[in-house]
Amino acid sequence: MSTVIAPVRETVRAADRVAAARRRVSTAETFSQTLMMAWRALKKMRRNPEQFFDVALQPILFTAMFAFIFGGAIAGDVQSYLPLMIPGILAQTVLTTCMATGTQLREDMEKGVFDRFKSLPIARIAPLAGPMVADLVRYTIAATLTFGMGLVMGYRPGGGAGGVLAAILLAIFTGWSLAWVFTWVGTIARSAQAVQGISMMILFPLTFLSNAFVPIDTLPGWLAAFVRVNPVSHLVTAARDLANNASLSGEVGWTLLASVIVMVIFAPLSVRSYKRHM
Amino acid sequence: MSITELGRTGAGPASDGGADLAVRAEGLVKTFGTHRAVDGIDLEVRPGEIFGVLGPNGAGKTTTLRMLATLLKIDAGRAEIFGVDVAANPHMIRQLVGVTGQYASVDEKLTARENLWLFSRLQGIAAPRARHIATELLGQFGLEDAADKPIAQYSGGMRRRLDLAASLITRPPLIFLDEPTTGLDPRTRGQMWDTIRSLVTDGCTVLLTTQYLDEADQLADRVAVIDRGRKVAEGTPDELKTAVGNSTLQVQLAEPADVPTAVEIVRRVLGSEPILSPEQGRLNVALDQADLAAEVLIGLRTAGVSISSVSVAKPSLDEVFLALTGHEADDEHEAGTEENR
Repeated sequence: MSTVIAPVRETVRAADRVAAARRRVSTAETFSQTLMMAWRALKKMRRNPEQFFDVALQPILFTAMFAFIFGGAIAGDVQSYLPLMIPGILAQTVLTTCMATGTQLREDMEKGVFDRFKSLPIARIAPLAGPMVADLVRYTIAATLTFGMGLVMGYRPGGGAGGVLAAILLAIFTGWSLAWVFTWVGTIARSAQAVQGISMMILFPLTFLSNAFVPIDTLPGWLAAFVRVNPVSHLVTAARDLANNASLSGEVGWTLLASVIVMVIFAPLSVRSYKRHM
Repeated sequence: MSITELGRTGAGPASDGGADLAVRAEGLVKTFGTHRAVDGIDLEVRPGEIFGVLGPNGAGKTTTLRMLATLLKIDAGRAEIFGVDVAANPHMIRQLVGVTGQYASVDEKLTARENLWLFSRLQGIAAPRARHIATELLGQFGLEDAADKPIAQYSGGMRRRLDLAASLITRPPLIFLDEPTTGLDPRTRGQMWDTIRSLVTDGCTVLLTTQYLDEADQLADRVAVIDRGRKVAEGTPDELKTAVGNSTLQVQLAEPADVPTAVEIVRRVLGSEPILSPEQGRLNVALDQADLAAEVLIGLRTAGVSISSVSVAKPSLDEVFLALTGHEADDEHEAGTEENR
């Protein structure tokens, strides 16, 4: 909508404006508006470096903690546990990061500026999608630090740099699409705390009832059945295959499929409840 | 136009065909649970005027405005802005209306310049043009010195100015101002009034809500008085004042001890009861005709009651509100108006 801004003293003519007004937002406009919203979110991130604490600390702490706690019990020693665990931590870290997306969106929505976003002739999805695009930065930091910490502790991925990079990209994509679930929670919950609470309830079963930290064959049958269909398990297995063997297994396909399905369901749900709710 | 037209406003030249009106709302209703926040409000705002929606807290002013601005769903009734249906074409409405909320709706984490840049770019204005507009608006609203400081350091008045500036980026033909001066000090308030007046000289139409009766009096060409989700009166501020039918004589006695004598004289001369003001030794006397003021003053003089000041005025909108709704606007707002006198 490139409204012509007349020089200051020219009279505003309502009839011309009505004639020039568009009925809906085009895809190109939606895209550029989303990027502007991402710009806003990045500006805010730069001014609020605390936002990076979770993505920076969690990979470092959890990698060290889990390796020493579970390493001996599950894989015999820390060294042989790392190839199993690092992709698991990767998935967990990325999930935690997308949970923060929902909480922050909710906090943001309570501010007056969202009133203005709603009153502007812009795509309804832009204020939701923009921060998620900016969050790609956080996913990248989290994923890179997880592997970095693994390397420091002696993890030598068999898939080489290419395999690791592919695993990181897959995790980022999955995290980004799962973030729509938390964004949706963000638009329906009453407060940021509620978002946090609900998100935790989604997050914990997803990460712990997966093969992220323990091999599936150690689990009882009923639990193994859930763990096998859990999309996080697919992500973890796919990431393991990529990082440890550089092999592009069918798991990658399942992970991508699951991500796309989540997005197709939850992106429209989020926009709908955002439109209605505020 | 006659006064206190209840319900639908009468037909005038402006009401033929919605396209001629800036805002036409018929029977607007908004329900929150069982509470009807807006209960069948009609509004007709003519292009180029400042239209005031006046009422106490919780009367439904903001809800009405938010429905017209597509921020809330209209539960019943319909609304058109420059002939465009609000419910059917929200995207078009958003291109025609600039909204300034009750609380500054700008991004606190960004600077003023960044805010204006963001809102310009979001509305499809090319980067060089957006930069130019930001600089121009910052100058126009006296914010250039603080342009690159975070909003968190801004005073309330500065935020409001920035908020208004952000609503004017595309120079929309209709501007909604929700309580534009609530919480501002008197000086900043006067500046805001000047800015609002200047908007209409550019051809804009302004719809503002206020709980300050003197603000509606100062700014608005026409006023709708809203109480408990319904419109109780509509007209020019003068028509509304005349609706109460007369003038008020205010007398400040030199000696508060003379009050009983003065009351007695007013009773005798006019046959009516004066209203004692909370201020010491002050009487407000309602008059059918301003001429009667002289009779009262002669009576006081004859009785040797000394006066320190006297004035004859049309009743304030406070009194109008009381007369129209049968109750005070409300305590909170009363305090607010006193402060701003």
